[in-house]
Amino acid sequence: MPEHFAVAPNWEWWILAYFFFGGIAGGTYAIGTLIRLFGAPADQGAARTAFLVSFIALIPCPIFLSVDLGQPVRFWHMLVDTSAGGPSFKYWSPMSVGSWALLLFGVFSFVSFLGALGQSGTSALSGVGRWLAGAAGAAWSVIGSGLGFFIAGYTGVLLAVSNEGVWSDAGWVLGGMFLASALSGSAALLLLLWRGRHDAQAGTVTRLEIADRNFVILEAILILLFLASVAAAGTIGKLLGALLVLWLLVLIGLAAPFTARGARMGAPAVASPLLALLGVLALRALVIFGGQL
Amino acid sequence: MAALQERPVGFFTDTSICIGCKACEVACKEWNQLEGNAPHFTADSFDNTGQLDAQNWRHVQFIEKIPDNKGTIGTPIAGGQAWLMMSDVCKHCQQASCLEVCPTNAIVRTEFDTVFIQQDVCNGCRDCIAACPYGVIGFNEKTGTVHKCTMCYDRLQNGLQPACAKACPTESIKFGYLDDLHAAADTRLATLQKQGFAQAQLYGRDTSAYGGLNAFFLLMDKPETFGLPNAANATLPSRNNVPGYLGGAVTAVLGLLAGVLAFRSSRMSGEQR
Repeated sequence: MPEHFAVAPNWEWWILAYFFFGGIAGGTYAIGTLIRLFGAPADQGAARTAFLVSFIALIPCPIFLSVDLGQPVRFWHMLVDTSAGGPSFKYWSPMSVGSWALLLFGVFSFVSFLGALGQSGTSALSGVGRWLAGAAGAAWSVIGSGLGFFIAGYTGVLLAVSNEGVWSDAGWVLGGMFLASALSGSAALLLLLWRGRHDAQAGTVTRLEIADRNFVILEAILILLFLASVAAAGTIGKLLGALLVLWLLVLIGLAAPFTARGARMGAPAVASPLLALLGVLALRALVIFGGQL
Repeated sequence: MAALQERPVGFFTDTSICIGCKACEVACKEWNQLEGNAPHFTADSFDNTGQLDAQNWRHVQFIEKIPDNKGTIGTPIAGGQAWLMMSDVCKHCQQASCLEVCPTNAIVRTEFDTVFIQQDVCNGCRDCIAACPYGVIGFNEKTGTVHKCTMCYDRLQNGLQPACAKACPTESIKFGYLDDLHAAADTRLATLQKQGFAQAQLYGRDTSAYGGLNAFFLLMDKPETFGLPNAANATLPSRNNVPGYLGGAVTAVLGLLAGVLAFRSSRMSGEQR
């Protein structure tokens, strides 16, 4: 059984905020691309919303990360090797890879954001919108989605690549669990934004609900695997006690998409995705704080 | 003082002759101008330093196996000792977890084969703290960077031995070239085993823990007693890279399938805006 003597890095609220917003940014971009490639013409409005949300969610991410640093003005040391010169890139360090991925994803997300604005009627950006609607735009979105998936999931790998209890004990499952959770949270957010729109097609909302439930099932399976991993390592005790409240929120969040089926307006239509998003946040809080107890 | 050769140097800490005087802690703080943390009363130990951190680069552990109310010692120690003492320090691992994960390359290996944190490069991300299996590195709020033992790098550059080794009155902390220290440790271990100390063992002398430690120890009990992972648990953070990314990639494929299953029906049925 693994024994851990590592101390806590005191990654707290800023990191939790980054993990949440980064997950939403990556997840919504990937869902936007899925709708763009596989959805009906009636669904394309939801794809535009997804690309808009992705970039907006991404904006605070580098701020959260920089503020969490002990020396925030040295944020650029993540990208530039100030001692040896040249770029600083270590493929075996998830924090290093993640810094570059965040930068690259920012470019893809920003262009797709402009394209979505262009497609939504901003005439100055209509050229970008047309370009993104074509084959080259599809390729752009696919590459951006790859980066989006990475941003949504690498945070789990970052925690796993350590010697902390819980985090390193569930090394193979944490990245996937965060990714699935990001997808379910992103689908919930799009439902929240899309359900109340007067121009929303019933079919689009239904398909978003189906996608949300599919993602939640995947997330639930991965949470069970995560629990099995930490139980086998003997560190599950760190995730109990006071953290049981967070588990309750996670469970409510997982159940929420199944309770508001078909709701278009009113409290259930709003409460269900909000609870799902709260569950996504609670899951990350559980892992971040639980691992450092 | 003659300059040190650019050869691997290290510490050999022989815990069998540590008397817990903490001269090493004091010398370290004085030389490195460490303010130290506010003293606190631990109530159950003579150890009031607590742990290695940004202010404590040496920490004399007191492992107290004091008899309980029935007069028995929980786990008898070879030779009937009730106290074990060990001056803990950064291990300057050959395969250093902190150096491995550091995204800014602030943590480097010096010409003396020691592990050093460049204070002007570190941005305080604290990834190394989560990686270090020995709980060595600490974050300093004032500097906004992480700190640990430098093996008195400035002294080494000037041909001086580290302050802790210089101050140790029993020579429990020995400094020198690594191959010389290995030979001295082997001799000492053989002597102790001949005297009947069956539990005596070297930790970090061979490559079983992080490829070998430049600061290695002679222990009078199993490594876990001193907060040191045994060989089976001495694993690098990077062990989780491949499984972690693989798990993420499989989930990404399943997520794609889940999304395609949800949205493709509309395209197949030819639904229009």
